[in-house]
Order: sequence, then structure tokens, then C-alpha cells
Amino acid sequence: MSAAARETAPYAAALRADDLRERRTLFGLSLPALLLVFVTLVVPVGWLFWLSFLSDAGEFSLEHYRRMASQASYLRIFRTTFEVSLITTSLCILLGYPLAYLLAQLPRRIAALCMIAVLLPFWTSVLVRTYAWLVLLQRQGIINGWGMGLGLWDEPLPLVHNMSGTLIGMTHIMLPYLILPLYGSMRAIDGDYLKAAANLGASPTRAFWTVYLPLSFPGLAAGAAIVFILCLGFYITPALLGGGRVILVSMRIATDIELFFNWGAASALGVVLLLLTVALLYLASRVAGFDRVLGGTK
Amino acid sequence: MLERKLLNCTVAVAALHAAVAFALPASADEITVVSFGGAYQEAQSKALFQPAAKALGITVREETYGGIADLRLQVKSGAVTWDVVASGSGSAARAGAEGILEPLDYSVIDVSTFQKGLYQDFCMGGDVFSTVLAWNTKTYGDNGPQSWADFWDVTKFPGKRAYRNSVAGALEPALMADGVAPDKVYEVLSTPEGLERALNKIRELKPHIAVWWSSGAQHAQLMVDGEVDMVTGWNGRFDVAAKSGAGVKYTFNQALLDYDCYAIAKGAPHKDLAMKFLAEISKPEYQAEFTKYITYGPTNVKAYELGLIDDDYARKLPSHPDNAARQLPIDLQWYIKNEAEASAAYQNMLTE
Repeated sequence: MSAAARETAPYAAALRADDLRERRTLFGLSLPALLLVFVTLVVPVGWLFWLSFLSDAGEFSLEHYRRMASQASYLRIFRTTFEVSLITTSLCILLGYPLAYLLAQLPRRIAALCMIAVLLPFWTSVLVRTYAWLVLLQRQGIINGWGMGLGLWDEPLPLVHNMSGTLIGMTHIMLPYLILPLYGSMRAIDGDYLKAAANLGASPTRAFWTVYLPLSFPGLAAGAAIVFILCLGFYITPALLGGGRVILVSMRIATDIELFFNWGAASALGVVLLLLTVALLYLASRVAGFDRVLGGTK
Repeated sequence: MLERKLLNCTVAVAALHAAVAFALPASADEITVVSFGGAYQEAQSKALFQPAAKALGITVREETYGGIADLRLQVKSGAVTWDVVASGSGSAARAGAEGILEPLDYSVIDVSTFQKGLYQDFCMGGDVFSTVLAWNTKTYGDNGPQSWADFWDVTKFPGKRAYRNSVAGALEPALMADGVAPDKVYEVLSTPEGLERALNKIRELKPHIAVWWSSGAQHAQLMVDGEVDMVTGWNGRFDVAAKSGAGVKYTFNQALLDYDCYAIAKGAPHKDLAMKFLAEISKPEYQAEFTKYITYGPTNVKAYELGLIDDDYARKLPSHPDNAARQLPIDLQWYIKNEAEASAAYQNMLTE
């Protein structure tokens, strides 16, 4: 053992002890949060799993899963749910990315003002916004009234009580969930990187594709994941704007409970939706990198 | 020996009496009634609950709830605090079959002047409503479609339809439109082929059904907004919509006669008093008073005969004999037996 090592050894031990104490303190501090997650998330989800395996008589059974497998309507409902969620997420990306980009380029003070326009609807009740879309889109609504008044079309367009109305409403309500994390991650991008790219001879388009887009990707992936997951369980908006023609898993859960008081059947639907979602996110993370999808901005 | 036993018994009974006498005075003359709140419960409270409480010299506590699922929780957890439960007839029938309601004692409650079919083992009809065919007067004028065959006739009556998104009251019109006589509807529906026949008839109309409605508020709003030209729905809602200026009319012809009812929770703390309370509010005077607050008809036909309801007004009520005669009463036995299966088939049809 060299003299230097002998001299630092006690310090190293002290450092380790310090480190341990700090870890314990941090763990202690996070304990309330951990407990909260346990009580509000782990316990209910565990209970949901448990209920889904109970028959009406209270015995262990797979009947709820068997029924789901045997009725074609469940398969169609799951397909519609994922379809609607995927399209809504895509529309949000198409609309939200350019908007977030614009906001990120603006001076902070003006961007903050514009952000109010994004956040104001975000703070308004989902129910109010959904009914507002109904007023706008229906047969004798404002859009059809103006369009026919101006002679743009003769017959009222079927804008609501169908798939298009559902997608319009859901995209509008989900948009802030995409823009907020995306804007955060774009703001964090150092402008010098783009200057460096230009300096190295990249055209603005090239600089965007090879530098800006990859750097903003974590925010985009986080936003898209949030939107997609929220869409999977969305109830009010598709129920009102879909006119009963777009049937999602959430609506079927409500039907099963109201009509049959059947917690087990509803729980089984919830479990399948949850597992499919986790599986899909896992797949997405394998393609895009796990920390990027779930980690938000880096 | 025998005397000792008898003596013990007498002592025990006396003690029980004493215990009851001590335990009950605070609550013996009080019952708890639960209903759906809103304008409906307000009408119930003013016309039925509080006047009946006064007449019987008891206190009626009122609560609101979300539906039979709440009652089920109370009964299953053994903590029943409600005595009288207001409910839809179908939910009450299922709840009764499930064992969470007390059977009613019709030697206490007099239903001899009730309309036939508007009371059952576990619940007593309180008011009558109809699932009717309503139309947009801007599209069809005052003489719109008059039968389910007209509802299905898209050449004679072109336009958008709205139909219910759940099975209750949705299959009967389809069969009548397909030519089944009203009194044969449930007979036909009880066979698998009959169920399929009704579903196929709805499949036929599906391209013309723009909205599948899920609530009374929604089908009323559809008519207020002029979103569809023809709709099935509950008559009271259309009256309200028409009053607020919507161009909507409806016919009682081939409508489905249904009712809201009162039941007693299984293990209700004041079961006997609750029974007397139901006997009181089923009297025609109360039922006649109720119609003044909301346009639902009495279940007790005598309410019409007493002349307490203005004649013109009475003719607009679903259970008026003239209107009732043109309607098909909902068959709750059919629903108890077949609703689960029929609902699965209906939901399947909706997703096609």
C-alpha cells in the first residue's frame, strides 16, 4: 500500500458512509411518494387482475376471457380502439410538431403568449369542448351552415356522429399533451448545433433532418406515448362525437357494468387493454430506444 | 318443566319487547327513500314523499343514488340504510331476481285499480312512460310516420334516423316493422330465430341510422338541434323539447309502455313501515298530483277516473286508457330471461 493510498483510505470510508446516509435519506424522502404509487396504482391494478379471474359465483374462472375470445364484437372493438388511437396520435404529430417548432423559434416572451392559446383549451372542461365540437360539426351546425350558405357544398357534410367527428374531437383535446413535452425538448436544443451544421455545409433542410429532428425526438416520443395511452382509455369524446357508431373498449366497459353489474367482465377488458398497451409500448421502445419513449426530455 | 320453559319464553319475549321499545322510538317512525335526484325526485318529493309522510305521521328522509348497482353494494356489505328504492322497471326486475329486494305484500298495497302489468313481485309501478316514435316536423310536417313500418320505410320517409344503442326497447319495434302483431312480439323474440329476425331488420335500416343514442337527454337534444329526422325515445323528453321550441311530434301508436317503480331493499331497516308507505303513495290522489309536476302518467287508473287531472292534459299522458290501448307493454319476464344474451347479440350487431 502506497503512502498516498494509506492517507486517503479513511477519507474513502467516510465518503462511503456519507454516500450511504444520503441514499437512505433520499429513500426516506421518497417513501411517501412510493407509498402513494403503491396505494393508488399497484393495489387497484392488482385488484383489477384478481377480479377478472372471478366468476359471478366468486370462484376462480377464465369465463370472462373465454367470452371475449368467443365473441367477434370484442375483437372489432379492440381493433377500432387501437385504430382510433393510432390515427389520433398521427394527426397530433402532424399538427403539433410544426406548431411546437414555431413556438420554439419565437422569442420566449411571444412564445409564452402563444402558449396561452395552447393551454387555454387545455384548462377548459373536456365535456364543454366536446359539446362545442358537436355544435360546430352537426348537420345544422355552424360549419355546415356557413359552407352551404357560401355555396361550397349543397348537402350537409356528415362531420359528426361518425369516425371523422371522433378523430377531430380527440385530436383537438389531445394536442396539448403532445405539444407540451415536445416544446420543452425543442427549447433545450442548443442553437449552436444547427449553426455548426450550417458551418459544415448542411442546407437548412439537411440540418433539420440530421440534427434538429433527432434532438427533438425524445420529446416527440414522450408526447406521442402520452397521447396514445390517453386515447386508449378515452370515453367522453368518442362516446358523444362517435354517435354510437365508433365503439371503443372504454364504452364496452361501461356497458358491461351498467347492464350486468359485472365487475369481472369489465376488469377482464381492462386487463387485456393494459397488457396490449404495455406490449405495444415495449415494442415501440425496442424500435426507438426505451429511455426515449418513457424518459421524456434528456 | 313445561311451565319453566313457558316462563322462560315469556320472560324472553317480554325482554325483547322492552328492548324493541327502547331501541326503536328514535327511528321507528322514520324511513329512508332513495331516488335519482333532479326534476324527477323533486316531483316525487312534492307530490308523493312529503305529503305521504305527513298523512302517516312519519318522517321521510330522502337520498339520491346512481342506480341499482349502489343498492347491490349496500346489500352485499350487509349495511342497508335505505328502505324504499325508486328504480326503472327492468333494473328492479333483475334486482328482484338477483335477491336484493324484498317481495312486496299486495295485501297491504292495494293494486286492484292498477293498470295490468304495471306491478310485479318486487316492485310497484309509480309512473308510466312510453318509448315512442318521434319525428322532425320541419321534415315531415304534422303528419309524420305513424308506425314502425313507416320508420323503416326509407322511400316513403327519406331521412336520417336515430336509434337506441342498447337492447332495451330496441328489438320490439323491429319485429313490428317486420309485420309481427304486437301481442306476438315477445313470443317471437323468445326463439333464437325471432331474435335474429329482429336484428336482421335493424341491420337492414343501419345505413340510415345516423346516431345510436345512449340517453334521454341525448335523443331530446338531437331533435332540438334537428340533427336527425326520426327517432325512438321517451315521450316526456320530447314534450320538454317541444316546449322549448323544437319541431318535434310523436305518436303513441305501437309505442312501448314502460314504467318507473318503487321497491323495498332486502333487509331494509323499516320494512313494514316502508310497505305502508308504498300503500299510501300508490293511492290515486297522490298519483294524480304527481302528473302535475312531470308529464309521466299514473299507474293507478283510478287517478284518471277521479277527475283530478285536467282532461286535455290527461290525454297526453302515456297511461291514459286511450293511449295505453295502442301500445305494447314491456314484458319484464322476457328481459329477466333474455336480456344478457340479447344484449351481447345487439352489441355485436352494433360493431359490425
